[in-house]
Amino acid sequence: MGAYVSNILFGILFFSLVGLFTRNIRRVIRNIKLGTAANRYDQPKKRWLHMARIALGQSKMVRKPLSGLLHVIVYVGFVVINIELLEIIVDGFLGTHRVFAPFLGGFYNVLIATFEVFAALVLVSVILFWTRRNVMRIKRFWRAEMKGWPKWDADIILYAEVVLMGLFLTMNASDYWLQINTQDPHYLTAGSFPVSQWILPLFDGLGVAQVVAVERISWWLHITGILLFLNYLYYSKHLHIILAFPNTWFAKLAPQGQFTNMPEVTDEVKLMLDPNADPYAAPASDVAPSTFGAADVADLNWVQLMNAYSCTECGRCTAECPASQTGKKLSPRKIMMDTRDRLSEVGAALNKGKQPNANTLLDNYISREELWACTSCNACVEACPIAIDPLSIISDMRRYLVMEQSAAPTGLNNMMSNVENNGAPWPFNRQDRIAWRDEINISK
Amino acid sequence: MAELAAQGKQPEVLFWVGCAGSFDDRAKKITKAFVKLLLKAEISFAVLGPEESCTGDPAKRAGNEFLFQMQAMTNIEVLNGYEIKKVVTACPHCFNTLKNEYPGLGGHYEVVHHTQFLKQLLDQGKLKVEGGQFKGKRITFHDPCYLGRANNEYQAPRDVLTKLEGELIEMKSCKAKGLCCGAGGAQMFKDAEAGNKEINIKRTEQALETKPDIIAAGCPFCNTMMTDGVKNKEKEGAIAVMDIAELVQQAEDL
Repeated sequence: MGAYVSNILFGILFFSLVGLFTRNIRRVIRNIKLGTAANRYDQPKKRWLHMARIALGQSKMVRKPLSGLLHVIVYVGFVVINIELLEIIVDGFLGTHRVFAPFLGGFYNVLIATFEVFAALVLVSVILFWTRRNVMRIKRFWRAEMKGWPKWDADIILYAEVVLMGLFLTMNASDYWLQINTQDPHYLTAGSFPVSQWILPLFDGLGVAQVVAVERISWWLHITGILLFLNYLYYSKHLHIILAFPNTWFAKLAPQGQFTNMPEVTDEVKLMLDPNADPYAAPASDVAPSTFGAADVADLNWVQLMNAYSCTECGRCTAECPASQTGKKLSPRKIMMDTRDRLSEVGAALNKGKQPNANTLLDNYISREELWACTSCNACVEACPIAIDPLSIISDMRRYLVMEQSAAPTGLNNMMSNVENNGAPWPFNRQDRIAWRDEINISK
Repeated sequence: MAELAAQGKQPEVLFWVGCAGSFDDRAKKITKAFVKLLLKAEISFAVLGPEESCTGDPAKRAGNEFLFQMQAMTNIEVLNGYEIKKVVTACPHCFNTLKNEYPGLGGHYEVVHHTQFLKQLLDQGKLKVEGGQFKGKRITFHDPCYLGRANNEYQAPRDVLTKLEGELIEMKSCKAKGLCCGAGGAQMFKDAEAGNKEINIKRTEQALETKPDIIAAGCPFCNTMMTDGVKNKEKEGAIAVMDIAELVQQAEDL
């Protein structure tokens, strides 16, 4: 019975941590569904292509060549090395060692060698990423909204990857040492170790038992680390490694300049313009009175809420934003971070079976000053590597300010009353629209 | 348009002048330049005149969806009443709204921006630029957000400039990465929020880095913002801010 202790331990570890992650992902999905409806299931072919190009193909990441290349390495490395995870899990359950090796023969060596090369490349890239953040202190990583937890979060991810890659290579190196220095059939000759072979000298002078201990400890720490990292995603901007895919699939496909026409407004405007409409007719009773625009997360649609969970806070949006570049308070990245923070706050209350507190996204998180600084230029939308749309949130919140609160800045109120009265944003006489014709030297 | 309709005639294209093109003194020059080109190319066109009303763009960007849809539906009624099929406009904001946001409310037209239209006229030989008036002139083009990023049209204005034989020099942020002039999203009509610089100054600085003789624009609002920026830098004597239509008109010597 004692022989099965490690299998059982592994089973408990695996199922409890995967189970915890599943529960948390369900909470994310529940929170996203707090948003209003948005039909983003049209044009599926285009959507698959969009996802393939932007998420799978990283087409927008590489617009910045250096960080793009580093990111592609870490991304491909992550996907490739995770193939090894499959073997580790099977080994964990069955108590086997390198269970795939006998089936794959020479190809197994190719696989392990590839994993090792990627592990080394990932290590280098992650160290460069850390250097860009902490030594070169690239400006977009140091804006106000990055203080505190977001800064920690970014660094923790990088440290975790260094530790995991280090454990992976140590595990391989000690295994390789045991393959060479013992005749134990448990350590069958399998794999090719182009990177970790350079670690072997570290084991000089150690006994077999000690190297076995190193191998076991790094094996266990590696898989435990991966399962913990998986659970970390829920609390972190790193959730983007999963959500980037649905986020690009459900992205807006219409031209960026096209804002939605609110259907609930269309109904009312049609009624107003219809000379035959009965002004005293009772409104259709099954229509719940809705809020115009968004004051809180539940007023946003579910795609906008998914956007918030997908944001990895790279700040490319903010770096391109004309308002941010000229020192205004608005930062599109902060809009996304605030939306996620507020949604998490609401979600945390729901987890406890309570009603969310009286905070709202507007004012408690996002100030009016930020919203009014936007030029709707779409630079943030264009810059986002995974097709997040901060502008749509800004626009919906402006709609709330104007249509629910009549709280537009004075200049805009003047503009709007001019449009209403004169059909132009300035107080000119409509008849003068054609005045330029008299200033032109042509006969009509 | 009303006069044409009374005669039972239908124009090939409706020129949507826009509020800036109708009322703003600087933008009216763009309107006049474009009209002269249309006449030269013998295009049958009409304008709505007093029957035209704001597309509702600034109201929509400000968040007033009611006002936008009131404007849109009134305009659509007029346009559909005249059975308009094709619209050309010199304002990217009108262009975007008419092209993308009117169809959902019942207004379906082929909408083109005047830089696209001018490119076609030049390609078809209906307009010819000769004389090489802009030869050796350094021209930089400022992408309007609502033409470029919003609607993916970066090439047409550049093609026209290339035909003018000027030396087209790109700013460091151009095309999809073009920096806004600061007027969009209804900012034109309000004071800017507190910051350390005005957006139009920042954009003008980027333009000045190219050491241009001419800053070309394709939007009346960008034109205003860049003109103000150039004045702020006290370069208005050396650098002209001009619309693509005005440049073609000059080349045509109209």
